[in-house]
Amino acid sequence: MTNSSGFRLAGKITTLLGLMIIAPTAFADMVLNLRRGVTDISQTVYELHMLILWVCVVIAIVVFGIMIVSIVLHRRSRGAEAAGFSHSTKAELIWTIIPVIILIWMAVPAAKTLVVMEDFRDSEMTIKVTGYQWKWHYSYLGTEVDFFSTLARSSNIARQLRSGVDPFSVENYLLDVDKPLVVPVDTKIRLLITSNDVIHAWWMPSFAVKKDAIPGFINEVWFKANETGTFRGQCAELCGRGHGFMPIVVDVLSRQDYAAWIDAKGRGETVAMVDSTAAAEAPAAARELSGEELYNISCGACHQANGQGLPPTFPSLVDSAMVDGPIAEHIDIVMNGRVGTAMVGFSTQLSDAELAAIISYERNAWGLNSGDTVQASDIAAAR
Amino acid sequence: MDHTHDKYYIPHGSHWPIVGSFALFVMLGGFAVYLNGAAIGGTASLFGLAVLVVMMAGWFGNVITESMAGYYNPQVDKSFRMGMMWFIFSEVMFFAAFFGALFYARQLAIPWLGGEGTKFMTNLMLWPGFEALWPSNGPAHAGGEFETMAATGLPAINTAILLSSSVTITIAHHALKNGNRLQLNLGVLVTVILGFSFIYLQATEYMHAYSELNLKLSTGIYGSTFFVLTGFHGLHVTVGAIFLTVIWFRILRGHFTPQKHFAFEAASWYWHFVDVVWLCLYFFVYWL
Amino acid sequence: MGPEYEATADQYQADDHDHHGAPSGIKRWLFSTNHKDIGTMYLVFSLLMFFVGGTMIMIVRAELFQPGLQFVDPAFFNQMTTMHALVMVFGAIMPAFVGLANWMIPMMVGAPDMALPRMNNWSFWLLPVGFTFLLATLIMPGGAPAAGWTMYPPLVLQTGDAFPFLVFAVHILGASSIMGAINIIVTIMNMRAPTMTLLKMPLFVWTWFITAFLLLAAMPVFAGAVTMLLFDQFFGSHFFNAAGGGDPVMFQHIFWFFGHPEVYIMILPAFGIVSEIIPTFARKPLFGYNSMVYATASIAVLSFIVWAHHMFTVGMPLAGELFFMFSTMLIAVPTGVKVFNWIATMWRGSMTFETPMLFSLAFVFLFTIGGFSGLMLAITPVDFQYHDTYFVVAHFHYVLVPGSLFGIMAGVYYWLPKWTGHIVNEKLAKTHFWLSAIFVNITFFPQHFLGLAGMPRRIPDYSTQFADFNMMSSLGAFGFGLSQLLFVYIVYQAVKGGEKASGEVWDNPKGLEWTVPSPAPHHTFETAPEVR
Ligand code: HEA
Ligand code: HEA
Ligand code: CUA
Ligand SMILES: [Cu+2]
Repeated sequence: MTNSSGFRLAGKITTLLGLMIIAPTAFADMVLNLRRGVTDISQTVYELHMLILWVCVVIAIVVFGIMIVSIVLHRRSRGAEAAGFSHSTKAELIWTIIPVIILIWMAVPAAKTLVVMEDFRDSEMTIKVTGYQWKWHYSYLGTEVDFFSTLARSSNIARQLRSGVDPFSVENYLLDVDKPLVVPVDTKIRLLITSNDVIHAWWMPSFAVKKDAIPGFINEVWFKANETGTFRGQCAELCGRGHGFMPIVVDVLSRQDYAAWIDAKGRGETVAMVDSTAAAEAPAAARELSGEELYNISCGACHQANGQGLPPTFPSLVDSAMVDGPIAEHIDIVMNGRVGTAMVGFSTQLSDAELAAIISYERNAWGLNSGDTVQASDIAAAR
Repeated sequence: MDHTHDKYYIPHGSHWPIVGSFALFVMLGGFAVYLNGAAIGGTASLFGLAVLVVMMAGWFGNVITESMAGYYNPQVDKSFRMGMMWFIFSEVMFFAAFFGALFYARQLAIPWLGGEGTKFMTNLMLWPGFEALWPSNGPAHAGGEFETMAATGLPAINTAILLSSSVTITIAHHALKNGNRLQLNLGVLVTVILGFSFIYLQATEYMHAYSELNLKLSTGIYGSTFFVLTGFHGLHVTVGAIFLTVIWFRILRGHFTPQKHFAFEAASWYWHFVDVVWLCLYFFVYWL
Repeated sequence: MGPEYEATADQYQADDHDHHGAPSGIKRWLFSTNHKDIGTMYLVFSLLMFFVGGTMIMIVRAELFQPGLQFVDPAFFNQMTTMHALVMVFGAIMPAFVGLANWMIPMMVGAPDMALPRMNNWSFWLLPVGFTFLLATLIMPGGAPAAGWTMYPPLVLQTGDAFPFLVFAVHILGASSIMGAINIIVTIMNMRAPTMTLLKMPLFVWTWFITAFLLLAAMPVFAGAVTMLLFDQFFGSHFFNAAGGGDPVMFQHIFWFFGHPEVYIMILPAFGIVSEIIPTFARKPLFGYNSMVYATASIAVLSFIVWAHHMFTVGMPLAGELFFMFSTMLIAVPTGVKVFNWIATMWRGSMTFETPMLFSLAFVFLFTIGGFSGLMLAITPVDFQYHDTYFVVAHFHYVLVPGSLFGIMAGVYYWLPKWTGHIVNEKLAKTHFWLSAIFVNITFFPQHFLGLAGMPRRIPDYSTQFADFNMMSSLGAFGFGLSQLLFVYIVYQAVKGGEKASGEVWDNPKGLEWTVPSPAPHHTFETAPEVR
């Protein structure tokens, strides 16, 4: 932990009690409350939320009010004599019926919203979203465009156990990715959500969209963003060790910009304007990363820093034939993955140099010291 | 020490429960170790099972002696009856879970995989060409081509067997009430024999399924539901049959009077319960 | 009007010819068939587990104290979250209620003991077995279960050697609960004093009676669910695997069919406890006794048709989402009836505020807040935003900690003098109350804001905008945790000695348990008392 955060810590702890008192009164504040979001649906949801909230607050005031009055007035220390009554059919009817009415009154708009949410008619484009342990894959149906979206490297380095990097120094810590999902504004977009391994959930608060990604099934959701901009969310279903580290970022572009982007993507170019989120990284990641660092970021989650893995699901590399077997096979597995296992191919996600560095590291780490070194050219050859 | 009838009998300390806990610890702990790949776990598990049997013998032994010694007044007897009934209820709920799974798979999961309802894309993109039919081992045809067990043949015979067995146990019950020991004795004996022959036929049915029909536990959702439902039922039949066997020996010993015979009734209730479960099985699993 | 109780000295004999009070030595506990001793064992065990589960979550709160990973690996973090829940639910809250049931129900209905004393002993002695399995997983290859207490496949199938132990622990704890439930049902149906008619029963007995049926119906289903997991993992079945025609979501349906009744299993007895305490300290009969009973029953019935409100985001058909939204909202009505009845009981009473009353009042306040957030979660379209965020965590801790846990604490403070024969140290007890009441809110209230601001649950590290409230919550948690050490000391004190308690203990409390001396003799009501 760096000094700066050390001071912040000290400062915070002292001011927290103060914060506690004002917090509940600050409902309007964005950080305290649900966000309005940028779709019609998310606005409606926000209004619904506020409606129920206030209904509950009002009921609470009434109920707690009566209770407090009674606690204050009807105490023996004030010489209150206990009355003897023990039931009143009238009262009991009233406080059964009134809640029912309130509930119905709340249920109607809720039901309406739900119906709208389930209406998929005339959506203009479709994107298939697939959850992986622990990243997202997007493929734009009807185009060549598909890519993985993983936690931005700056965050990934800072979030390693005792990394020594102060999270406050990383912008959008844990909420940034290398390649965001890019969509046009004012367009009804349908997402087909599924998973490759365990259950995940694709959650974009600003769109009021949250759907589970279930292996073997496809769930559908749609949204229509009214504003351009960058919006951030996270995986919202426990999916194992990296659950906290598979954020979701959506860039909503003007229709023209989107057209340009998808077209360039189709031709396999990277588009600065958008993909720059990956390029413009915190200083930590600007330098060349060693094979070890790359390994810890890309492979360590499953195979562990010590290469022991988490058997049975994530095999140990140390005592696997791969790392001291033929280099070609090693490269093949890392690049193309192993079908039927959690091991996915990394060829689309890492550069030749990075893959080479990782493989070299794997063959020499943990006391294996085979002395092998893999060059970027070997990877290029294998592509 | 005397225990007068008008007093509710509270047993003094018993060591059987703690023995039972130890037994379960060894049995299930051992089994877990075995499942994790260490063979000794299996041995331990069997040892635990043995201890469990000893514990039951001892525990029920105590109860029987106390009962014969006349410690139990009608209120105690009533406690036992209620206890047994609610135990059977919990068993019903246990089977309900698996029937629930069967209905869910047939009514929802399979149709969805076949693209029904809002799951059109599921079928189109993930399982193209998969048709929602029952029986099914899923879009991946887990376990390969298989045939289902015909409702006629063995299952039908088994149904007949169980049905008649619950008739014979009822006959025995009436005999017991009318003090007709011979009929009682034979009635229970026949029930026991029918029970065990059911288990035998069930076993041959399983062998037939595995060897000829390629119907296995791993045969997709059909095999899973089929074997888990019939398997747990078979297990309960076995328990019930053993229970009745014990009762039979007690009858030989001259236990039970026309007025007091809780254990006998408990056994017969249990038997009727496995019988009813079987009828549901026969209807939902074999027929439909 | 609540029932009147009366019993005279000869209606309980401390000893008779073949009951020599409490047997001595370890056998007293190992072989016990005495509802009071077994109740004590349950309560002690539950306190122990409360500390174990609490210590685990202290690790979680320490890691969440500030952003970045300072102490533990994410995998271990998930293990702590999962184990915390399992230990608290099945080790702390449920056994505590069963312990109270064991101690009080026979006394409250005028029975000599539980109906099936030997089985009663086994119900308890299965718990240590189950928890040996569960806690042993912490040192197994692959670590403890880490897929959340909800054990969703396919994730839970990635558990290491712990997996079969998890399943069998659930089986054993389930068996224990089922036997306990059977015993309570039979005791209440068959062991009541002849004049103790159903509608004269104290509400604690009523709520437990209904809870027992929930246990009986829910626990076997849970056992079935984990059994299917076991088969999928080891015997190649395909219940929860789409390729074989199964569905991972099917597990969630089966689990929550158990899971939702389970949460009411953890609150109904608490309802009963406060319904005993508030009349005593308001010096006024409980308002709307009958409607209390009916409300409890309808909550129980409804609890079986609302389960899918935990799964609104799995992609259910619209009709399902609507149905489960409406049925869930409905539960607010009977629960409301109870809340209003409690308040009407206080109304125009002559209240004093001893510790049990303080905890009961806090219960009514804070449980209601938890109930409100529950109602918000019930609104499907909005739950899409709340689901799996800290808003949910805040909700269920409000109903579970100042709900269930405070209910238990209230009960313990209420009956402790009856058990030990000593007056509780009011001064310390009140301190314990105020510390707990303040810290519990510091811990869990900010979590509402975290959830709304978008912090998912079950994450070991979070984006910096959540830092402040997490730090606050952690500080509250440490405070709350440490305050509980005081509770242990207070109980210890009362057991060791102190001012002798009268049989009535409080100011004219209603109920048979107060007609016997304090401490309650080893055997009570060997001949049935009179209830007018
Ligand atoms: C003691 C346990 C307990 C209790 C009593 C409750 C009570 C309720 N719960 Fe809660 N709940 C949990 C424990 C509990 N819950 C747990 C553990 C989880 C999370 C599980 C997990 O995922 O790990 C959960 C999750 C949970 C969810 C899923 C959230 C999600 O994951 O997305 C929902 C959704 O509907 C819900 C709803 C409710 C409702 C409507 C009630 C109602 O019973 C509340 C009724 C009470 C009131 C409403 C207040 C008093 C009433 C009045 C004063 C009358 C007037 C009021 C009105 C008319 C509004 N709960
Ligand atoms: C059943 C009752 C129950 C109880 C009583 C508690 C008690 C507490 N819970 Fe628990 N909790 C659950 C049930 C319960 N919880 C469930 C079901 C979940 C969901 C799990 C899942 O997602 O699968 C959960 C999850 C959960 C989370 C979310 C974790 C995550 O999503 O990653 C958090 C986070 O703050 C939390 C906090 C607490 C705290 C601070 C307490 C405190 O009340 C605990 C206080 C007690 C102690 C602290 C122990 C006693 C004191 C000592 C041992 C002395 C030492 C103390 C110090 C050194 C400070 N709980
Ligand atoms: Cu993916 Cu959580
Ligand atoms: Cu619920």
